[in-house]
Amino acid sequence: MYGNDFAPPEDAPGGGLLGEVEAAEAALREAAARARRGGPAPDEDVEAYFTDVINADQKIEPRDWMPEAYRRTLIRQIAQHAHSEIIGMQPEGNWISRAPSLKRKAILLAKVQDEAGHGLYLYAAAETLGISRDELVDLLLDGRQKYSSIFNYPTLTWADVGAIGWLVDGAAIVNQVPLCRCSYGPYARAMIRVCKEESFHQRQGYEILHTLAHGTPAQKAMAQDAVDRWWYPSLAMFGPPDGDSTHSAQSMAWKIKRFSNDELRQRFVDMCVGQAEVLGLTLPDPDLRWNDERQAYDYTQPDYAELMRVIKGDGPCNRERMAHRRKAHADGAWVREAAAAYAAKRAERKEPVAA
Amino acid sequence: MSLDFTLAIGDDALVAAQRLGEWTSRAPEMEEDIALANIALDQLGAARLLLTYAGELEGAGRDEDDLAYLRGDREFRNCLLVELPNGDFGVTMAKLFFLAAYQSPLYTALAGCADERLAAVGAKARKESAYHLDHAALWVKRLGDGTEESHRRMQDAVDEVWPYVHELFAPDPAAPVDPSTLRADFDATVSAVLDEATLTRPETGWAPGGGRDGLHTEHLSYLLAEMQVLHRAHPGASW
Repeated sequence: MYGNDFAPPEDAPGGGLLGEVEAAEAALREAAARARRGGPAPDEDVEAYFTDVINADQKIEPRDWMPEAYRRTLIRQIAQHAHSEIIGMQPEGNWISRAPSLKRKAILLAKVQDEAGHGLYLYAAAETLGISRDELVDLLLDGRQKYSSIFNYPTLTWADVGAIGWLVDGAAIVNQVPLCRCSYGPYARAMIRVCKEESFHQRQGYEILHTLAHGTPAQKAMAQDAVDRWWYPSLAMFGPPDGDSTHSAQSMAWKIKRFSNDELRQRFVDMCVGQAEVLGLTLPDPDLRWNDERQAYDYTQPDYAELMRVIKGDGPCNRERMAHRRKAHADGAWVREAAAAYAAKRAERKEPVAA
Repeated sequence: MSLDFTLAIGDDALVAAQRLGEWTSRAPEMEEDIALANIALDQLGAARLLLTYAGELEGAGRDEDDLAYLRGDREFRNCLLVELPNGDFGVTMAKLFFLAAYQSPLYTALAGCADERLAAVGAKARKESAYHLDHAALWVKRLGDGTEESHRRMQDAVDEVWPYVHELFAPDPAAPVDPSTLRADFDATVSAVLDEATLTRPETGWAPGGGRDGLHTEHLSYLLAEMQVLHRAHPGASW
């Protein structure tokens, strides 16, 4: 790409979180250097060994024994994450053709391309658990596996591209930084790479909003409107409140998950308040205020009934997103078949030479 | 002369990038989504350098965005080939293959031309263009020599797009690189790949043109309407 780097603004977001990603990467190297025991002792049962590795903050690797539920949980979670990257290409891809400058067009194209890349290596991480990418894609297309509900909201203006970068990528990073320490090695390593790239995306989104908020009155109004629409759906990205979350406790014990939904949501709110002030934009919550006792911001919860409706398929764009994905897959079938046929012919022609 | 030439090849790259960008999230496989975005980014990068330089040559204070967003279709100088709709994946690969088979020797020749700025663009873009050519040629072969259906579709695509290649090589002796000098190289590349792909070149004398003079197909105005809509809705704004 040509010259699309922005000098990081003094107050740009992402710095602290990026530091956490780097710390997780260092911890990963240390854990690898500490060298695990080579495997369970002859008289030790595999489950005890598994628990031992988890307790020692070491990584479970693909060849290790693992409880079936651990495997299933990871497949579900990694696949959902991969699907989210692939579906997430749509709302932002929606603005590539209309990006308002060539520089913004290049940045956006590169960002959406990164998402496809994230999808690919997350699928590869899931494949280490004994399921193929094709199977996972089918599970997505059949609606048997989900993707993040946030992508069922429309991108109505250019400012939405900025809001997605700042808020949605911001929330994703807050969610994903702890996953860099996940007990499953391939996932932890994939997340380190994803988080590093996501933090650039977040900075770029913030930069879009900053430019708009300091631009013409129409641009500023566009930015505020986007923040108004994306704030609560972004809060909902952390999932239902802790009391209603079904998967949390076991995932915590397995060190797949490190913090509760509400803890992460709070961290996100606390991070955004100062950034919104610098942007000169208002977070659409009249009850947002600093709580000295808690040393955190009090804020209004998102509408969890709405979250449930969107998860169940009745968000503004669920049908459209799935139809788009299915059409791309169906339209590409003849191309994939041709590639397979061509490869088979080539292999056949080569065979006599090899023999 | 340099200005017209720079605008022409800059507009080729810009319009090609715009069309390739339309594939985002629609490619036949995920790896291809990434590859098409890569090629779109290369084209866009070259377009930005070329349009910036064209603005300087013109000397009227226009930058890359003024040229991309504030000209009408009659002022664009791109060839018709790049503005044609994407069609199916076969048509897109036929377009990309012919474009890359032209851009690759063009940028290579440009790298050795007397104009330093154009030479620098050529030196950078020729490496990218070599990859575009490899990538498109591989797909032309896969689709041409794949299944019955893909062979039929790829042949249809070649038939549909082929007439538009002649415009690329219209003689222009005063240009930094005379396009007519690139034709032999182009023909050699195309023949070798089409043969291997079991495809044939159509026998037709029809050779539409006009793009270099600002006479386009009906498609370009729609492409520009979409590309320019937001920029034009906020005159003078920064993004």
